[in-house]
Amino acid sequence: MMPSDIKLATSPSAVRLALRGITKSYPSVVANDGIDLTVEAGRIHAVLGENGAGKSTLMKIIFGVVQPDVGTIHWEGAPVEISTPGQAKRLGIGMVFQHFSLFETLTAVENVALGIPGRSDLAALSSQIVALSDRYGLPVDPGRAVHSMSVGERQRVEIIRALLQNPRLLIMDEPTSVLAPQAVQKLFGTLRQLAAEGCSILYISHKLDEIRELCDVATILRGGKVTGICDPRQETASNLARMMIGREIPACRHAPASTIDDPGRLTIANLSVKSDDPFGVDLHDISLIVHGGEIVGLAGISGNGQRELMAALSGETLADEPSSISLSRVPIGSLGPRQRRRLGLCFVPEERLGRGAVPSLSLDENSLLTANGTPMVQAGMMQPAKIRTFTERCIATFNVMCGGPDAAAKSLSGGNLQKLIMAREVLQQPKVLLVSQPTWGVDVGAAAFIRQSLVDLRNAGTAILVVSEELDELFEICDRIAVIAKGRVSPIRPVSATDIKDIGLAMTGLWSPADDTRTPAEKGARIAN
Amino acid sequence: MQYASPLIAVLLTAVFGLLLCVAAGRNPWAALYTFTISPVSTLYGVSELLIKAAPLILIAVGLAIGFQANVWNIGAEGQLTIGAIFSGGLALHVASDGVLLLPAMIIAGAVGGMVWAALPALLRTRFNANEILVSLMLNYVAQLWLSYLIYGPWRDPQGFNFPQSKPLVADALYPILVPGTRLNAGVLIVLVAVIVGWFVLKRTFVGFQLRVTGLAEPAARYAGFSTTRAIWIGMLAGGAAAGLAGVGEVAGPLGQLFPTASPGYGYAAIIVAFLGRLSPIGILFSGLFMSLLYLSGEAAQIELNLPSATTGLFQGALLFMLLAADLLVNYTIVVAPARRLQEKIS
Repeated sequence: MMPSDIKLATSPSAVRLALRGITKSYPSVVANDGIDLTVEAGRIHAVLGENGAGKSTLMKIIFGVVQPDVGTIHWEGAPVEISTPGQAKRLGIGMVFQHFSLFETLTAVENVALGIPGRSDLAALSSQIVALSDRYGLPVDPGRAVHSMSVGERQRVEIIRALLQNPRLLIMDEPTSVLAPQAVQKLFGTLRQLAAEGCSILYISHKLDEIRELCDVATILRGGKVTGICDPRQETASNLARMMIGREIPACRHAPASTIDDPGRLTIANLSVKSDDPFGVDLHDISLIVHGGEIVGLAGISGNGQRELMAALSGETLADEPSSISLSRVPIGSLGPRQRRRLGLCFVPEERLGRGAVPSLSLDENSLLTANGTPMVQAGMMQPAKIRTFTERCIATFNVMCGGPDAAAKSLSGGNLQKLIMAREVLQQPKVLLVSQPTWGVDVGAAAFIRQSLVDLRNAGTAILVVSEELDELFEICDRIAVIAKGRVSPIRPVSATDIKDIGLAMTGLWSPADDTRTPAEKGARIAN
Repeated sequence: MQYASPLIAVLLTAVFGLLLCVAAGRNPWAALYTFTISPVSTLYGVSELLIKAAPLILIAVGLAIGFQANVWNIGAEGQLTIGAIFSGGLALHVASDGVLLLPAMIIAGAVGGMVWAALPALLRTRFNANEILVSLMLNYVAQLWLSYLIYGPWRDPQGFNFPQSKPLVADALYPILVPGTRLNAGVLIVLVAVIVGWFVLKRTFVGFQLRVTGLAEPAARYAGFSTTRAIWIGMLAGGAAAGLAGVGEVAGPLGQLFPTASPGYGYAAIIVAFLGRLSPIGILFSGLFMSLLYLSGEAAQIELNLPSATTGLFQGALLFMLLAADLLVNYTIVVAPARRLQEKIS
């Protein structure tokens, strides 16, 4: 289906980019398998697919980072070979990556100048940036250092850097994963304006609602193959989901928290932490209570203190005041991670490879990373048989696809590694579980499984604190929700008493003290020791 | 491939050595014989191989425990020297004889090495001073202390003014294992060290913590494995081993103290540790190979009239080849004109 009601700046049928039969194999996987993709001038074209569907490889091929094994690329009617990103830029292809490539210590204009070959006149470039930023509603101060910018501002710097090359095709890779809902609307406005001026946009995402709102055409990938081309505005979300994952998105069975078990299991009282990292976020006077048997969600745009808060709660950084964090009324602020874990506090970090798991070590050895009490370790000796039993239980209970307990952690897909790490922490029967970005970069099936396991753990009486950028996820599994912004935490609310719009607004740091519905005990919670 | 690269490096070093001999106008096949066969063609030669391999293996096993945790102790040479001073000083000036003298010297040597290694560990954990620089600089301090003692207060009054201490008494020396050679009971300590090192790294939870710290520090922090503890364990293990190697020299082949306690064993052991892939079993073999290099360097002086720098040259070539092999196992060299390179970067 090709909608024809779009006014195009160039001739209506102009094909800007045409890929035919693109195939790219890696030793263990065919990432792209005979992919056809036609992007017309002035269209916003979605590429929809789960993690591992081949979206990233395809974009890398278009941007000249990776060469296809088989297949042809036509740019504005002429066959081309794109062998470097520099060549892609000269053709008129710009790309905004999901993970920004900006130097934190440099200013916006210096970062932009680095992307331009040769020496640049910074003053002239600054005025160009200001002109572009006015024209497309992308407010950016060229003289400001990147480290002082919010994630949204950084993304605008990236977009302006791409726009300065006058692209006729702009690739946006998961651009909304770092934005608050209100900022998403502003970005959409900019993208629509660009498209109206004739620039084609390739919009990579796995968020169905956004694609249905923004895009004219969608190409859907699954397992490296095209499984559908459609007009997303005409399709229901479940139709798109079926094309994307081959079945309905499994829903999470979730009843409201039944019984509060052990009120104040995890109590954070007036916690302030100064960050060691010069570009980190200081935590200011955070108070939060998580009861046994409930899931508390902490929403927020990344880089607002989530990392620092989780490190302070897990014990990776110690609190100045021991009583500012307590577990079942025992102050734990001055205890290290292993001591906290012995008291029943487990943690699933957002980085799986390199923090939650050691890439080159086997799954057995990765079990031992946190599950290292008796019987896995006795009198300082590792007990291989006991470790093997535990690892096998993790693999079986959480249905982890892997080559067995001897497989290296790095050989697992993101979703399976996350399941393994979750299993390792959940099977230690924690009293408190901290989870950071539980389903970040995880495919839809595994994500549903992980959410369900969190709900099951809650029903068994564990106090769970989830930090996530995905508001839909938080609203699906949480009982109460709060927002972290600029190192402060907003008043906590029951999920039933708030909505995505409210939370989205709070994510920008706006909440009034009058919103505070906490009990006085919660506000000033400080456990006497 | 990770385990193939030491073998590739050894092979390349041999090729390099042969080319060097040809360039110096020597018959390469005779040279090959001189380097590899003739040093170990006699029982005495084999015993010398073991005597020289002993300190190399001992130190390398100790260093490997630290290196596994990314604790870079470059100060084994100095720790060996202090171990020699402590044990030699004990035998010369504190206790004169008795069956307990040698065990006491062994303990004193290990303690000396650990004291010397504790300085960089303390500075690193307290002030975040780089342990590579501190431990390296302390090598020179230790060397100067030994020189001061031997040229000064500890000089043998009956030594015809040679810079050397009095000879140690028989009770202070390791017993000879094979009559007619210098092979002594010190090599047994090395075997014990290899087994203990293997056991610690592969079987104990402490060894696991050290390995995790070296492989992924954020994971170690997440798991709550203390980096400070890893630094202390890593430095002290290397210091103790190097100190024991110092005892082995004083109570073994040297039999007294000289202004220099070691022909660079502390530095060569770093190469041995990496050539053995930081595994005690691998180090057993790489230590024997490095020892052969020492012997063949001496043989090259006598039989081929090559300069004494040959040993150092081969050690350097071996390290260079190993680093190159390790790099090229993981990376490919792409020859590209400057312009295309610039595009790739931008």
